[in-house]
Amino acid sequence: MALLQYILIGVFVVSTVIGYLLINNVPSRLHTPLMSGMNALSGVTILGALLATATALSSNNPVVGYVFGSLAIVLAMINVAGGFSVTNRMLKMFGRKKENDE
Amino acid sequence: MNSSIILSFSTAHVLSDALYYIVCGILATGVLLGIHLMSRVEKAHLGNKISALAIALSIVITLIKKDILPVWLIYPAMAVGLIIGLLLAKRVRMIEMPQLVALLNGIGGAASAIVASFAFLSLYRGDELFGRTTASLAIVIGTITLFGSLVAAGKLHKVFTQKPVLLPLHQPMAVSLVFLLLVLVVLGGFFSLMPSSVLLTAMIVLAAAFGLIFSVRVGGADMPITISLLNSLSGIAAAIAGFAVTDILLVSVGGIVGASGLFLTQIMCRAMNRKLADILLGKTALQENKTEKEEVEEEQTAKETKPVDPVAVIKNAKKIIIVPGYGMAVAQAQHLVKKLAAKLTENGAGVKYAIHPVAGRMPGHMDVLLIEAGIPFDVVYEMDAINDEFKEADLTLVVGANDVLNPAARNAEGTPIYGMPILNVDQCRNIVIFNYDLQPGYSGVENPIYDRKEGLWVIQGNASDTLAEVLDKL
Repeated sequence: MALLQYILIGVFVVSTVIGYLLINNVPSRLHTPLMSGMNALSGVTILGALLATATALSSNNPVVGYVFGSLAIVLAMINVAGGFSVTNRMLKMFGRKKENDE
Repeated sequence: MNSSIILSFSTAHVLSDALYYIVCGILATGVLLGIHLMSRVEKAHLGNKISALAIALSIVITLIKKDILPVWLIYPAMAVGLIIGLLLAKRVRMIEMPQLVALLNGIGGAASAIVASFAFLSLYRGDELFGRTTASLAIVIGTITLFGSLVAAGKLHKVFTQKPVLLPLHQPMAVSLVFLLLVLVVLGGFFSLMPSSVLLTAMIVLAAAFGLIFSVRVGGADMPITISLLNSLSGIAAAIAGFAVTDILLVSVGGIVGASGLFLTQIMCRAMNRKLADILLGKTALQENKTEKEEVEEEQTAKETKPVDPVAVIKNAKKIIIVPGYGMAVAQAQHLVKKLAAKLTENGAGVKYAIHPVAGRMPGHMDVLLIEAGIPFDVVYEMDAINDEFKEADLTLVVGANDVLNPAARNAEGTPIYGMPILNVDQCRNIVIFNYDLQPGYSGVENPIYDRKEGLWVIQGNASDTLAEVLDKL
């Protein structure tokens, strides 16, 4: 295995552990927005989709690659946009109530 | 391997490798900071924005570093996804959040599976064990997530039956599929015996089959656990796809999502006293099909079952706990509940809300529904914080909840809810229940609380009608 792959594994372990510890502190009333926020983050796979599509376009079978690559980009983008936007919608409600109380 | 893309001009040199990794580190930290801010209700809004900004910047620096910026063909797809995503987020009703999250889990899994398929078919020509194995694994996990999530979302949206479906030889089929998938992943990594396209097809078909039979078997009460688990899988699929295409941000953020989903899965398992392994292997106790009570359009009007008027009981209570359930949300009765609570508070009563961790169909769902109705969250209590107060309270008002207060969970061994911690509503002197009917809840287990002889009033019917009637009389 190349050095880069060890680095990737290290990054994976560190992110997972820190993520786990941080999420531990999220109050249970925010668990639904947390999950939809995670939906948005899982759309980060768009980075891979962009790379794959660009690679496929310069390959010898660009059409098939472009079709599937675009599909992956669309799907991942739905997650990013939909996830963050719906999370924002929910958290705005939480914020608004707090202001009205005080 | 990324350097194989050759384009007419290059933006990659703008960012040196070192700078690129530093920026990646900063962006990953930004995502973590966003999550950290979610630990306070007041800051959560900001946290979400920081996470969103970090992801947006991740896209930009990836476009720059990997020389994709001038590939204009990718932009239409991004625009389409953006529009669909924003529309979905705008249109969805809060009661439909579990379906939306389930659907997005699946979509994320699908995207990662496609990305990994690309890597599997074209990135690795030689014997690159690490790349080919991770690509295979991401294809399998992503596909399982997609099909499992589609079934879960379909169940939640009532496209399919919500009851667990048990196929013949379900368990042996599931176990053999897992085994076959493992074999395929190993084959994908090590050998070039089979053409890659054959392997890829086999992986997708078998993973889809496993996703389907995993999810159809999940019933009722296990749904919040299933959604959390699929949430985690969508992250893990992204992270592993990140290994396959050597993208450090994808690995990092995917790992965070995977950890979050896993954490929520654990919480849900604890809240229901279920073991994750049992759910994975489908030890969902199937409800014994008791001869269902005829639901022959009984008069849905409020039907007081006791000579004492429950309205009088409600009027006289000084310490009141409201237990909202999914039925309340279905009847769109949140606003009436809020009005009722306001009226009672006006009359000098203290009103609190008690929320079970699995109230609703996903973690935290009920909190969102209450806050949407404008109920301030300082009167909303989690189960552990309020469970000792039921015995001192004058009155518990149950609105559209059943399983979460079903005392059968304490002693009815073998039922799906056995061992699940419940709200101690049965310890309260007086209980008024606004439920649609006396049928068992989502879990399918009869609720013995209905057999109570004293201090119980059941007002059957659509909660928004029955609550309105009671409100009029107060």
